[in-house]
Amino acid sequence: MEPKIIDTKNDLAPMEPKLIDTINDGTISVENLNVYFGQNHVLKNINITIPTQKITAIIGPSGCGKTTLLKCFNRLISPDDDGTKLTGKVLVDNEDIFAPDAEVTRLRKKMGLLSQRPYPLPMSIYDNIAFGPRIHSFKKSKSEMHDLVEHYLREASLWEEVKDRLHSPASRLSIGQQQRLCLARGLAVEPEIILGDEPTSALDPISSHHIEQKFIELKEKYTIVVVTHILRQARRIADYIIFMYLGEIVEHGPAHEILENPKEKRTIEYIKGVIS
Amino acid sequence: MQRKFIEERIFIVIMQIATLLIVLSLVVILASILLKGLPSMSWAMVTETPQGGYYMGKGGGVLNAIVGSLYLAGGATVIAFFMSLPVVLYLNVYRKKKSKFASFTRLCLDVLWGIPSIVYGAFAFSVMTVIGLKVSLLAGTFTVALLIIPIMIRAMDEVIRTTPQGLLDASYSLGATRFETAFKVVIKQGMPGIITAILISFGRGVGDAASVMFTAGYSDYVPESLSNPVATLPLAIFFQLSTPIHEVQQRAYASALILTIIILAISLGTRFITKRYLKNKIL
Repeated sequence: MEPKIIDTKNDLAPMEPKLIDTINDGTISVENLNVYFGQNHVLKNINITIPTQKITAIIGPSGCGKTTLLKCFNRLISPDDDGTKLTGKVLVDNEDIFAPDAEVTRLRKKMGLLSQRPYPLPMSIYDNIAFGPRIHSFKKSKSEMHDLVEHYLREASLWEEVKDRLHSPASRLSIGQQQRLCLARGLAVEPEIILGDEPTSALDPISSHHIEQKFIELKEKYTIVVVTHILRQARRIADYIIFMYLGEIVEHGPAHEILENPKEKRTIEYIKGVIS
Repeated sequence: MQRKFIEERIFIVIMQIATLLIVLSLVVILASILLKGLPSMSWAMVTETPQGGYYMGKGGGVLNAIVGSLYLAGGATVIAFFMSLPVVLYLNVYRKKKSKFASFTRLCLDVLWGIPSIVYGAFAFSVMTVIGLKVSLLAGTFTVALLIIPIMIRAMDEVIRTTPQGLLDASYSLGATRFETAFKVVIKQGMPGIITAILISFGRGVGDAASVMFTAGYSDYVPESLSNPVATLPLAIFFQLSTPIHEVQQRAYASALILTIIILAISLGTRFITKRYLKNKIL
């Protein structure tokens, strides 16, 4: 593959043009993305490149299209769905996930997803972690699989709490533990990117703190994109912020610039709490 | 305030009466079958086929009908299961749950569900005359399968439809295909409902008389092949009850008791089996 210069289309926050020689490091870039649900124009001409190995927070009032944008990244919003129309591209490591011949499952595997509330699979804690490796047939012996399960449970700081009951149903865990289980499960397919759709909104403060801490640790290795409606959360964890309003990206840039020195009127109003 | 209080009291009383009546009617039905059936219940009833002159009050039993009913309903349930599961997974995993296609299919199934079983019997009979199939276990099994497929699909569908979209998304986002999601996640989540649907359909198949009257026929022998005509318990009850002889009528109640016990065993079995699968269910 030829080296390629990634050009950030928006000049508000010029990032260092980055010379990329390996493209497999979890880059997402969106080109002219438009999404319609029936008559509703939900995403309007989105162009953005997500910085790698950083935490990017997508903020904005409810209904502004944050979650839709996030779900486009791994094609959970799909043009095949009834009533959905979609134009433009979402490039994951330079492959268009909406291309008709895209290997969607392989591209999705590059992204772990944490949803608003945790959805453990209807099986044991152990099988939840092993699910991904099994379907992708990372060939493993029993002991290797056990090590793998332990590794990812430790990675999500859940091992100590569940090591004695790996084979009990995941549904018996507390909701905070379930969200960490979902994180571990996502990491077990060896993704490059972690997507979080308000991943702490259903959790108590302590569990939320756990997840936020994890994200900060994990950004060393992963590109992380988090949708959040909690401005303080964005302040705590984000390196880069995208502000959306009514289906458009209004402004994006390094977190401190957007939070301290927003340029657009709508961003200023949102951050001050005038619009929400 | 006083008026609302009275309203509430009245409504509670109405609800209690309605509930009581329903429970009571079950008790009355069971009691009358037990009272009338138990005296003529005998070991011979469940282990012997009708002897010569059985319907005149001579010896024998209804083993032919017990075995026939179990064969018919069992075979039909197996066929229905392999027809229903793909439909349910297609509607809920491969198509959007709320698509026009899915709701149209559901409407069709509801209409099919509403068609009286005698119509299925007549329909199957007309097909049989065209293709030259005689009344037999085979024809009966297919007719009963036809009758219970819509029931099984809708019963499974009601449960599988409640699978949260978030759970499907979670599976997809791990890189699972729709097939893997359907068979490794959706079926696991819906297992209690699937088992219930199978057993409800079996119960319906075992108890239906009208659909098998023209298609399975009736026979005093336990069927030895798929092409034999076969007796069923509901028809056995009908024939015994329509004789003028008192003892034979009593045996009809004993047969009804046997049928009720089979159905009761199925219901209790459902409870027992689904409990085992409930533990993994999320939400």
